[in-house]
Amino acid sequence: MAPISYHLILSGILFTIGVMGVLLRRNTIIIFMAIELMLNAVNLSFVALARHLGSMDGQLIVLFVMAVAAAEAAVGLAIILMVFRNKETINADELKLMRW
Amino acid sequence: MEHAHATAQALSLSLSVSYLRYIPLFPLLGVLFNIFLGHRLGRKAVNIVSPGMVFLSFLVSLHAFWNLPEGGRLVDTMWLWISSGTLHVDFALQVDQLSAMMILVVTGVGFLIHVYSTGYMAHDHDVARYFAYLNLFTASMLLLVLGENLLLLFVGWEGVGLCSYLLIGFWYTDDEKASAGKKAFIVNRVGDAGFLLGLFLLFWTLGESNVWTLSFSTIQQHIAAVPAEVATVICLLLFVGAAGKSAQIPLYVWLPDAMAGPTPVSALIHAATMVTAGIYMIARLNFLYALSPTALSVVATVGAATAFFAATIGLVQTDIKKVLAYSTVSQLGYMFLALGVGAYTAGVFHLMTHAFFKALLFLGAGSVIHGMSDEQDITKMGGLKSKMPVTFWTFFIACLAIAGVPGLSGFFSKDLILEEAYASPLGSPMLWLVGTIGAGMTAFYMFRLLFVTFFGENRASHEVQHHIHESPASMTVPLAILAVLSIVGGYFPLLHFLSPLFGEHHEPHVAPLIKYLPTVVGLGGIALAYVMYVLNPAIADNMARGLSAFHKLLFNKYYIDEIYDAVIVRPIVGMSNWLWKVWDAIVIDGTVNGAAHTMEANGSLLRLWQNGNVQNYALSFLIGAMAILGYYLW
Repeated sequence: MAPISYHLILSGILFTIGVMGVLLRRNTIIIFMAIELMLNAVNLSFVALARHLGSMDGQLIVLFVMAVAAAEAAVGLAIILMVFRNKETINADELKLMRW
Repeated sequence: MEHAHATAQALSLSLSVSYLRYIPLFPLLGVLFNIFLGHRLGRKAVNIVSPGMVFLSFLVSLHAFWNLPEGGRLVDTMWLWISSGTLHVDFALQVDQLSAMMILVVTGVGFLIHVYSTGYMAHDHDVARYFAYLNLFTASMLLLVLGENLLLLFVGWEGVGLCSYLLIGFWYTDDEKASAGKKAFIVNRVGDAGFLLGLFLLFWTLGESNVWTLSFSTIQQHIAAVPAEVATVICLLLFVGAAGKSAQIPLYVWLPDAMAGPTPVSALIHAATMVTAGIYMIARLNFLYALSPTALSVVATVGAATAFFAATIGLVQTDIKKVLAYSTVSQLGYMFLALGVGAYTAGVFHLMTHAFFKALLFLGAGSVIHGMSDEQDITKMGGLKSKMPVTFWTFFIACLAIAGVPGLSGFFSKDLILEEAYASPLGSPMLWLVGTIGAGMTAFYMFRLLFVTFFGENRASHEVQHHIHESPASMTVPLAILAVLSIVGGYFPLLHFLSPLFGEHHEPHVAPLIKYLPTVVGLGGIALAYVMYVLNPAIADNMARGLSAFHKLLFNKYYIDEIYDAVIVRPIVGMSNWLWKVWDAIVIDGTVNGAAHTMEANGSLLRLWQNGNVQNYALSFLIGAMAILGYYLW
């Protein structure tokens, strides 16, 4: 079996990719997907550590995260759809209504 | 020991009754009536209720007077007013010999002046407000003289001050009159500050020996606990208050200006009653003043000086009310002179006779002003003798009384004061001399006023002359009653009546010259006035021209008002202006506004961060999360 560090390093790489996606991409859908990536990176480290420590707690949390991610996807996509209908764009650079 | 024994005896004679409360209550009801119903029910109702309430007070006062136990007092304790630790102050009224005389004068003369006012104010549209103030004044004055403790006295003291202010500025649309009201109020504040300090000092001094009290009888019982030096300070501070209220040097300046009020007000408040509050207070606290010969000599000196200087100013004034005002200041000086030489009985005696003849003089002047279409300058009057006979004869009697012509009330009291000033252990020939010269001047200026106003040719315009008429009965009847009182007032056995408070009166033994000279000087003053203003009026003009510098000095009242203005008023106004325009507007406002401006400038820089770009915020999150994480992992 691969050592725990391999899983954690992979999880870190995936999370970093997700963060970069959120910070650097302009398309809201892509940002959204990057968030999903971050969540799943965390999920990976949860299951890996659960296995390593012989505890079920981590696996249980993953189920919760997946449920929340599903709900979030539904709400988030609905918001993006409405924003597009109103503003004709989903580019994060152009959505600057909430400022001074 | 003897003193303590006498006090205990006096206390054992205090009789508990429950009707004294009605004396101030009736005028107070009059106030409520005038405020809430006066305008609705109209002039007739007001004219009946307001004097009626004072008359009811007068009847209760008479009842109290008849039932006053020989050498004792009546006490009406209504409720426990203040209770704090060992201090208990009752809301209690008392009538002893001094208070009995005062309430009879206040309600008696007050009633006559209320009746007179119904005639005098017949053409004023705001008569309900006028009587509300006048009734409130009567109630406050009664509280002042009935109060059994210093605190109640102080309530009345401030109450009459307020009413004085309200009534001087009664015609408030006239700026000059409103200012006169303010001046009276502010000058009185100066005196009241001294009065309060004296009160505190007395309270604490007694408290040092564990006597926490404000009641007159308890203070008197424990007066031995007050050291003589402290008593001097207390007495002088209280005298500052008395000088403010009773218009003595240096605080007399408000009284002449107070003549801006309606004339009956001048008669009641600024001649007969309120201005005697200072005399009453010192007479009431005579046991305290007895501890301090120093304070008494200050009182006597200030009194004599005021009596003299006010009389000199009165010599040349041409406004009929101003002459009377300075005469009042001067007569109050005589009363203080009497108190200062320890002759409390004489001072209080003069208080009463002065209340009669000075009220009469003012009401007579009011009648003249009324008949002359509001003219107050005596140089524009003259020859009113035949046109206003009742006014003339009553005014003439009052002049005789104040000039000290033998047989009339003023003769008895003024003579007594001057004899005491000479013969009393605290008196001196100097005080007597100043008082005697003052008496001569009093006689002169009063008869100058009489001759110029009522004799010779009328100098008014034809328009005014045509309207000259005798006043209605509501005005002339009070004049007649007061004239009778001015004659017989001197025969009341007041000296014996007051003996439980001030000790039995002993006629001072003085040489005939000392005894009779004041009367002779007074008669001489009358004769001089007759020569100068009736026989040969040219003499007066020549004298005024010959001594023009002196005449100008007197006519302008020694420029005291101007000096006060330059020395006190202007510096205060200047400093207030500086505090307003520099300290407040620049320093204080600058600090507060500066703080706000700094915050705003910083805020406008910081808000540039809120650019609406969600990804920028996310970056901030990231940096923050990493910083926290780094901190804990380090």
